[in-house]
Amino acid sequence: MNPLRGYRKSAPGTQPEYLHPSYVSSVKRAPTQPLIPLPDTLSEITGPVFHSGIVADGAFDLTRQGKGEPLGERIIVSGQVLDEDGRPVRGSLVEIWQANAAGRYLHKWDQHHAPLDPNFAGVGQTFTDGEGRYRFVTIRPGAYPWRNHANAWRPQHIHFSLFGPAFATRLVTQMYFPGDPLLEFDPILNSVPDESARHSLISKFDWTTTTPEIALGFRFDIIVRGRNATPMGR
Amino acid sequence: MNGRTTPSQTVGPFFSIGLSWLERLDLTEGATGGSRISIRGRVLDGDGQPVPDAVLEIWQADANGRYAHPEDAEELVGAGKFFGFGRVPVNDQGEFRFTTIKPGCAAGPDGTPQAPHLEISLFMRGLLRRLITRIYFPGEAANEADAVLARVPPRRRHTLIAKADVADKETLQWDIHLQGEKETVFFEY
Repeated sequence: MNPLRGYRKSAPGTQPEYLHPSYVSSVKRAPTQPLIPLPDTLSEITGPVFHSGIVADGAFDLTRQGKGEPLGERIIVSGQVLDEDGRPVRGSLVEIWQANAAGRYLHKWDQHHAPLDPNFAGVGQTFTDGEGRYRFVTIRPGAYPWRNHANAWRPQHIHFSLFGPAFATRLVTQMYFPGDPLLEFDPILNSVPDESARHSLISKFDWTTTTPEIALGFRFDIIVRGRNATPMGR
Repeated sequence: MNGRTTPSQTVGPFFSIGLSWLERLDLTEGATGGSRISIRGRVLDGDGQPVPDAVLEIWQADANGRYAHPEDAEELVGAGKFFGFGRVPVNDQGEFRFTTIKPGCAAGPDGTPQAPHLEISLFMRGLLRRLITRIYFPGEAANEADAVLARVPPRRRHTLIAKADVADKETLQWDIHLQGEKETVFFEY
């Protein structure tokens, strides 16, 4: 058997601390004891290998899941999933969920004063292709009010969930939109200490995927952790 | 192109719309051996209040301690075979329950066997990153030699070991305490 290699830690500042007091929900849920570092074991360098057949045809297109077309601005969100060494993450499951154009989630706990859209569930899945690329067609989500602080609004965002090749590479994040005036006030985005890492969560307007008379394109590339150069002991 | 890992962000309060399609509370499909076991518990916050909006993901080896993954046992990867992945939400009372088979001893650091365990990722509103923890099994001699448990202060090890239920031999109890005196051990990797 080939020697196995563990995963590098993410660069300092790229990941939020658990406790970020301005994000009030973190206060009673963040661990208070020091985390225990795990050694490299097979348990973390392996992970679920999903078969692409689990995702329905068309699950990448959130605008065609109802009887009619959803309201709002149609957009194309695409990008490439790579590891830190630039290797494409191929054939990997990507899940997204989001609010509708009015900023309302199709969830029993979201009862704020904005309409649901009978033609928009806000849920999609796809697998990355042989070059690590993914593509979703959806509706630009609205801003969303929350009760974190007085007159708090989340910037427009799409939730992303990725597995990558291993338990170690599991990543849940959020994609934001360029030019959103709420970005600088958002405690969740601003929990990321490093400025360029924060900016990596803001998608870029993309002429190459913008489709004439159909939809604006936004590009969001995602990077998962890279491998150690040195094989671990077995 | 070299880059830095994309920052993690919370799943937020409404993740169930995006993640429930892949819920998997019974991991036993395709298992060819191993004792069947249910694990139930609660997720509790820093005030001891149940967390009604959390989801656990499980990753585990089969009864022989092999992972269905190309870097361990590629021949075990495939439809209908034991998979080892679970996605288990809590209910409105913060309770969860899933059924699986007890894994064998997977390879650990430096070739030493690990004690049987489940890898757990925990997601919820308020967690800007997932929490990583493990479930170990009670009365298991291999726990004494496990290289991961050895890194945990002895007085906190019990938080990682599920409790037997005297009335129900097939069910184990394992609660997650996010904070406080009983705070569960969480790992970084």
